[in-house]
Amino acid sequence: MHRTGELYGQFQTMEQQRETASLGMWIFLVTEVLFFGGMFMTYTLNRSTYPDVFGEASKSIDLTLGAINTVVLIGSSLTMAMSVWASQVGKKQLVTIFLIATLVLGSVFLGIKGVEYHQKFVEHHVPGLSFSFEPGASIATNAHAQLFFSLYFAMTGLHALHMIIGAGLLLWLIKQSMRGRFTPQYNTPVELVGLYWHFVDIVWIFLFPLLYLIDRH
Amino acid sequence: MSEHHIVSPKIYFAIFGALMLGTILTVVAAKIDLNQYFSGLNIIVALFIATCKASLVVLFFMHGKYSPKRTQLVIICSIFWLAILLFMTMSDYISRPWS
Repeated sequence: MHRTGELYGQFQTMEQQRETASLGMWIFLVTEVLFFGGMFMTYTLNRSTYPDVFGEASKSIDLTLGAINTVVLIGSSLTMAMSVWASQVGKKQLVTIFLIATLVLGSVFLGIKGVEYHQKFVEHHVPGLSFSFEPGASIATNAHAQLFFSLYFAMTGLHALHMIIGAGLLLWLIKQSMRGRFTPQYNTPVELVGLYWHFVDIVWIFLFPLLYLIDRH
Repeated sequence: MSEHHIVSPKIYFAIFGALMLGTILTVVAAKIDLNQYFSGLNIIVALFIATCKASLVVLFFMHGKYSPKRTQLVIICSIFWLAILLFMTMSDYISRPWS
């Protein structure tokens, strides 16, 4: 296994090898854009069909927690970017520190998400048999609100799943980094996990206004 | 073949600042009733800010600005395919008189 940054036989330069790896990651991310795209499509169609109920349902989600989570996640993107930088300039200890910071911030995000989910369970806003939007809401309103919360859980849930996978990848990177594996010559894993982490951040950048801020005025 | 570009921490922190500003802006804009001026203006502003934030992440955090052209082409393609998915499907749905 080439683990220390030597040149693979099929490449002519290190630069070409690096660019090929990041191109491959980007092509994977294109498939992810379309994976999430299907969800955004479903959201767009249902929101345009039931704009008022979606606005009402959106108001019941905790805006403060959502906003804090946005800040936390963008912060984790910063520490991720910083660990890529640290690996490129050969500061081995900083790579580990920034990776751990990213993992901690990612975990804080998931924790806050858990608090939000708990609130939704307490309020009977989880789609299913015990779903109840507001006392006295009509059957149609209840059904359409249930659509919103189904989308809320599906979209944030899929996003959280990506975060959990990202956290697993970060653990693996931290282990490698503590052994001093990442050097200016070999830091492709840090860079590629970074691309993935930033992509998950971008998904949240769109989810936040679409789910939390529909009708807040 | 371009030289490997290292983005400095200064740029990363500046982008982080811009993203924080965008987050505040998007919450403030949502609190104001913009729809009274133009129907749907709230969602347009929200998506505009989100797109700006996403572009900053792609260009700087993900090094899109410093990537070779073929990588940039792949990035643009993803937006193009997503646009086809959203635009074509929605234009079908909203032009069905019977639903």
